[in-house]
Order: sequence, then structure tokens, then C-alpha cells
Amino acid sequence: MKFGVVVFPGSNCDHDAWYAVRENLGEEAEFIWHDSRRLGAVDAVILPGGFAYGDYLRCGAIAKFSPVMEAVKRFAADGGLVLGICNGFQILVEAGLLPGALVRNAGLKFVCREVLLRTETAESPFTGAAAAGQVLRIPVAHGEGCYVADERTLDELEAEGRVVFRYIDNPNGSVRDIAGVLNAARNVIGMMPHPERASDPLMGSTDGLLIFRSMVSALAHA
Amino acid sequence: MTALSPKLIATHQLTEAEYNKIVHILGREPSYTELGIFSVMWSEHCSYKSSRLHLKKLPTRGPYVVQGPGENAGVVDIGAGYVAAFKIESHNHPSFIEPFQGAATGVGGILRDIFTMGARPIAVMDALRFGPLEDTVNSARNRRILEGVVSGIAHYGNCFGVPTVGGECVFEACYDGNPLVNVFALGVAKRNEIFYAKAAGVGNPVVYVGAKTGRDGIHGASMASAEFTEESKQKRPNVQVGDPFLEKLLLEACLEAMQTGAIVGIQDMGAAGLTCSTCEMGSRGGTGIEIELDRVPQRETGMTAYEIMLSESQERMLLVAEKGREEEVFRVFRKWGLDAVTVGQVTDDGLLRVRHHGEIVAEIPNQPLADSAPLYDRPHSQPLRTAPMQAPAVSSRNLTRDLETLLASGDICSKRWIWQQYDYQVRTNTLAGPAAADAAILRIKENGAALAMTLDGNARYCFLAPRDATKLIVAECCRNLAVVGAEPIGATNNLNFGNPERPEIMAQLVESIEGMAEACRFFDVPITGGNVSLYNETLGEGIWPTPVVGVVGLLQTETPLGLHFRHAGRSVMLVGGVGDCDIVRFGGTQYAKAVLHDLWGLPPALDLDYEKRVQTAVREMVHAGLAESAHDLSDGGLAVALAECSFGRQSVGAEIDLSSGLSPELLLFHEGPSRVLISTAEPERVEPIAARHGVEALRIGVTSEGRIAVRNRGAELIDASVEGLRKIFEGALENKLRV
Repeated sequence: MKFGVVVFPGSNCDHDAWYAVRENLGEEAEFIWHDSRRLGAVDAVILPGGFAYGDYLRCGAIAKFSPVMEAVKRFAADGGLVLGICNGFQILVEAGLLPGALVRNAGLKFVCREVLLRTETAESPFTGAAAAGQVLRIPVAHGEGCYVADERTLDELEAEGRVVFRYIDNPNGSVRDIAGVLNAARNVIGMMPHPERASDPLMGSTDGLLIFRSMVSALAHA
Repeated sequence: MTALSPKLIATHQLTEAEYNKIVHILGREPSYTELGIFSVMWSEHCSYKSSRLHLKKLPTRGPYVVQGPGENAGVVDIGAGYVAAFKIESHNHPSFIEPFQGAATGVGGILRDIFTMGARPIAVMDALRFGPLEDTVNSARNRRILEGVVSGIAHYGNCFGVPTVGGECVFEACYDGNPLVNVFALGVAKRNEIFYAKAAGVGNPVVYVGAKTGRDGIHGASMASAEFTEESKQKRPNVQVGDPFLEKLLLEACLEAMQTGAIVGIQDMGAAGLTCSTCEMGSRGGTGIEIELDRVPQRETGMTAYEIMLSESQERMLLVAEKGREEEVFRVFRKWGLDAVTVGQVTDDGLLRVRHHGEIVAEIPNQPLADSAPLYDRPHSQPLRTAPMQAPAVSSRNLTRDLETLLASGDICSKRWIWQQYDYQVRTNTLAGPAAADAAILRIKENGAALAMTLDGNARYCFLAPRDATKLIVAECCRNLAVVGAEPIGATNNLNFGNPERPEIMAQLVESIEGMAEACRFFDVPITGGNVSLYNETLGEGIWPTPVVGVVGLLQTETPLGLHFRHAGRSVMLVGGVGDCDIVRFGGTQYAKAVLHDLWGLPPALDLDYEKRVQTAVREMVHAGLAESAHDLSDGGLAVALAECSFGRQSVGAEIDLSSGLSPELLLFHEGPSRVLISTAEPERVEPIAARHGVEALRIGVTSEGRIAVRNRGAELIDASVEGLRKIFEGALENKLRV
């Protein structure tokens, strides 16, 4: 199984995702440079955390225009698995692959800490290895991770079981405690918490590995 | 050429004697541009002219040292072909004028110092000092400075992608008009791929990379070398503006360009910008450098040679490439979307020659410019000290209340509000981040080792007795490392002092350096680099002497030993014993500060030899896996340490029974060194280790669910619930800021 990790010039969790996939998960990983129009032969794509192009404008607002995002959109349209973490989530939302928006944290400050997440659905290629309701311990680190959407969209997301994770201790004011969402086809996920930071026993939690493992098993059965 | 007036020379902070030396070096009067160049290179900030004589007393060699002071950062060997490059640097003056950008560019500057050596930065720590947040005339300003500094550090470090893993933050009235922002950074490189800031190879191109040059930060280095006056509040344009995204690009591009093998030498443009990087690289390489300012990428129009040479615009580097291989370097910088321009070349005449609009605007020999700044043996007398030696009567009405007061005090309370704004985990190496253990611990993925690091300073002690206090600081750093099982291998220092032209201030500096030298020798931790920040005075009020020491240690990569109690029913042991203290040596404690609002006497007594034995014993206990938690006793003494140990996820407290002849106040709150609190399931295996090293290891109690109780000879001293104390400890800083 090969994971492609997209590298924007300001990505800074790209290597962490790469490392988690290779060293903790034991699968292959390779980097995909942001101005490349092709993803190459990868089975899944990770949009990692960081500050894609500095994000002095709205987070992800410039990244959505990058050449690699055209390829990511095609990959997603063909049913490929796309995992957006933190800045990757912000980019997916800006690019229109996921609904809603991520705005400044309610506390107006960057927040880095471990949070507890409730897995709201196991019916996704990203949570198949988890049990519905399972609580995961995974860190967040962001300044603009407050998820917002209009009521109708939120109702729709909930009705369709597309809210994947909810914060048990909401760190950023996200509406309805939403920490991660799926697209309608359920092959694209965006989440603010960092599973790659909870993949190594040395880092204090390996709950993040569940997400990567779910992807591997979903791909194996595809 | 217009003659330079004495007034103009004085505004450049050059004395008459210094000016005459310039004339002697040049064999003529300097031009205006040359005057500017000399003034920044010979500023206190760049030349260390007041401190250099004394800095020579510090030990700089050791078995692990690859590069000592004199380069952009010190380098130590961390095994298996890898090295760590690290240094601490201050950005005090800019952070007072513009807290957010001042602190942000402080982070940017030290990060460049690290990656210019070819090392990828993997950790940052900060030592911060502010005026008190409580109700004083300046508290609103102090809060604004604190909030600005913290968000500036967060903004820069988080975006760049380096974890801020630790540090310290202290409040004293002496920092009211002069906050301190000292930033430590550490990076990792292959031992055979270290880059040096030397210009070699006559004819090799000199290449400018990174941000364009603007008018920001002109004379920043000189500003940092003067006291603050009403006027300097007008100096805001002297503070630079940081762009962490650009710095991140610069980092990646530089590290990638270094891999081409086409880079001969490289230096960042920090203080004194283009001036410093050109003449220092030339001086180190024994070469000349010729540059053409018209080629320098500029952000503004109509900049003069003086402005271009003195600009401190951020995120710029200067490198010397191998002639004929420039394109390999340019290709990398183009990939990262950065400017890279050949602005000159290396020459054989030893001169810094600067051309602008076809004319030579400066022509100065590199070596004397970079290295022959005047060296001052400034007179030093007795260190300034206004505190009495005699102690007041100390008698507590309620010791539990006193503990609560201490836990709510600015220096001791939880700094979570600060460090939660920092991304302390990015790069997934952080085994122990802020407040998890006595030192921050990072694994090194490249070679399988782990590094522990800690910062410490204590100006209260230093004001009472700078020499002894600085020894205590070094001892505490080494103890912090021992507690997590690490062996210290190198150190860096940031010396923050007042005006060295005052003999009683100079004496503080000299005694502090001598104390540091003695302790560093004793503990075998060479100083591999650092920074001196003098003239920390505002309107005639100097700061207390504030040396900050950072020590780096090596250990095994494994789940780190934290400071929190983990299970009830374990033995609590005080390795090193209860210690001794008299009322005179109680005057610099946090108890004296927060409870009695007083300062007197002397810092705690330190027996270096005993301290070392305690450290060795504790390290051995940790390596043997006997300790479930370990925490050294420092600010607030035994009682505060016990409380801190209890604030883990499980809220495990302790029942303590002591048998000591000390008064309850001293027993609970004295800050004598050489003491470590551990919890263990196997006290009988701990004792022989302590005995073998000739140190006490007292069983003082048992961990228990939810309460902290301390008795001495049957008398109850403290009884409190862990949750109650935790609430006070964790909420205090936010309460102070919410006013």
C-alpha cells in the first residue's frame, strides 16, 4: 500500500505523516511536490498539516489553486482515499471537497493539546477499524480550527452520518463539537486533530494509527 | 566628502578613542557609510567589547564539543555520525518596543543561526522575563508585552514548524521597562556536513539569498547596545518584521542547496545584516569580499549604501558558492521561489569593498573590522546590592494558605496559557514537552538517541550574590537533566545585565561569569556559545543581573520519566535529604517574594561536591528503572514540589511525615539545592544506590489518592486536596491576564 504525502512549501507535518506511515504503520509513503500535476502511483493521499503557502490570507485559500490540487480532485472524484489533516482539512474545505469552513478558534489563540474524540461512525474507510463511539486520544495544534457551516448543511452531515469525529472537550468552539467530516461519497475526510502525532508509543498515544489502519484495510478490501 | 561632525560620531555611539582607532585602521577619515559599518560592528551587541575579556574565563572544550564559541552556533557530538547545533540569543530591546515582532524575529534570528550551520532546527525554548502582572502602575503594559511576546513566538515557531518545547517565565518589577526574551534553538546535522561561515576561494561568487532588503531594522544592533530613554520609544522602525513562511522556505532551500556540494560557506544576515555577514565571513576565511549594492534585491527605492549595509531585514542569507557551480545553487532556490543573486566575489586583498552606483562607498580591512573592536577592561567594584542582609521575623499563620499563595504566584503557577499556544509536538520528536518533566526531551530519529534540554535563571538569587547564584543556576540545569536520566554534554548562556559602564553592574557581570566558569568546569559542561545583552536599563533603572543558562544532555530513547506521581501507595523519597537552611539564606526564596513580599540575605548554600553525587545517584536510580516519577526541588521548595508532583492526570497526592528540627516555614519552603523527590515501588533498592554515593535518601511518605498532607514530628503542617490546589495552580496566570 502506498500513501502519497503532498508537500506544499509551508507544509510542516509532511515528514511526520510520512514517518508515521512508514515506521509506525509499516506501509510505503512518498512525497508529492505541490506543483506536480500528477500524483503518481499512490493508493491514498494525505494532505498534511502546516501553513501551505504561509496562510497569511485565509488558510488554504491559495493552496486550492495549486497544480497538485487539480490532481487531488480527480483522484477523489475517482473514489481515491484522501485524508486532510489540520491544514489539509482547511485546504479540502477551501477546495470545495468538503462542506463548511474553518475559522479562528473561539479562544482567538493557537491551541496545542491532546483532545478526546468520539468516533461517531465506523462506516467509513477511515474508521472501519474503530468501534462506533470509541474514544480516541489525539492532539490538536491549530489557530483556525473552529468548524462552522450553516444549519442545513450541519443537519445533512449528521443525517448522513458524515460527522466522523466529535470533540469530547471542544478546544476551538467548533459547532456541534465537530472535529472531522466526510464528503458525500465518504472517500474524503478532513480532521483538525493530528493522527500522525498519535501513532508512536513514544509519543504517548497510538490511537491515530486506527485511522491509518482503517485506510489500509479499506484499500485491501476494495 | 563632508567631514563627519563629533555629533554625528556620537550618535553612532562611538567614543572619540574608538573613532581615532577607525581613522588609524583606514589611514584616513571614514566615509559616512564606513562610519555606519564600524558603528554596528563595534557595537556592544556585535563585538562583546565589555564582556569578551571575561568570557574567556569560561570552559569551552570537552569530549563532545565539535565547535565552540565563535561560529553561528556551538556544535556537540551526539553519536552515530550526528551532531547537535544549539545556541541561545536575546531579543530584549526589540521586544519592549514591539513585543509581537520583536519576539517573532528573535525566534527567526536564532533559527537561522542553527540552519546556517547545516542543522535542521528541531527544538526551541524560551526564557522570558516581564514586569509583574498584578496591580501596579505598569501592569496593563506588562500584560500587553507578555501577550505580544508569546503570540510572536507562537506565530513564528508554529509556522516555521519547530516545536517550542520548554522554557521559563518569571515576573519581577525590575523588568517593568525592560522585558527579557531569550530564545534557545537546537538543530541536528550530520557530523561531516557542518557548514561554516567562512569565505574561501578567491574568485568565488558571493550570493545573496532570501528576502529583499528594506529599511527595517537599521541600527538594530546599536539600539540593542544602549539604554532605553523616552526617545527610544520612537525607535519602532528599528524593529524588524518577521515572515516565518519565508524563513521556512529559506531553511528548506539552504539545506537542499548544501547537499549540492557547491556551497563553500554560508552565514545568515542577522544583527548588522549585510555588513556583519560580509566582513565576518571574510575575516574568518582570511579573505576579502567585494560586493556591488546595485545587485542587492531591494524592497524599497532610493536606498542609500548606508541603509543597505545596515538594514536588518529578516530572512536573508549570504553564501559563497564554488565558481562555475552557481547554477546548481540557483536551481534549488528557484524551486523554493526565492531570490538568489550573485552580488560580489571573494578577493585576495582582505578588504571589504562595497560599490554602489559605480563608486566605492566603503573599503575596510575585514579582519580589524570584525575582530579588532576595542576590548574594554571596564572597572568593576562590588556588585550592586540594595537588599539587607538581616532577616525579618518569619512566622506563618497558615502554611496551607501560604502554599496556595505560592502556587498562585506568577513565577510558580502553571504556564499552560503560554505553552499551549506553542506547537510543542510538530516533527513528532517531543517525548517530554512543557511541564511534563524537569527537562524537555526529544528523540533524534536520525541516530536513535534522545536529547534532554533545560533553561534556567534566577535573578533574585543573582541580585543577592551573583557568583554563588550563577553556580546554583548551572547546578540546577544539570540536576534537571540528571532527574530525567540524561548526561549533560554542553551548554549555552545568555548574559542579561545592565549598563557595564557602571562598576557595580560590571561587577555583577564579572562575578556571574566567574561563578558560571567554576560550576561549568565542575560539572564538565563546556559553554559552546551564547549571547551577551548589556545596557538593559530603562530611564536609569537597571534589571537585576539575569544570566540564563541552557544545558543539553544525552540519554536513551525511551518513554521518558515524568515529574508526576503515577500510582497511589508508592514510597515518596527525598534523595539528597531535607537539606539545611538558615533564615539568612531564606531571603531569596519564592516564599520571601510571594508571601512576605521581601528580599534579604543570601541565596541557598551549595555544596558542589554533594550536588554532583546527588545527580549521579539519581541518574543511576532512573537508569535502573526504580523511579516512577522524579522532580527536583527548586522554586518554592519541598511543598511546591510535592504539589507539582500531584498535578498529573490521576491527581495522585502524598502523605508526608517528616522529622526535622527546621522551623515549619523553612522546612516546607526553603530552596536548598541537591534535592530530588522521587516516587518508587522499590525503596529498598533505592537506598543502597544513595548510600554508595554518600547521599541521603529519606523515605518521607507514601503517595495517596487526592490529598497532600505534610506532618513534622506529628504536627500537621499542610492538608489540602489536590484538586483544590490544582485549580489555583492552573487558573492563576489566566486570572492575572483577564483583569
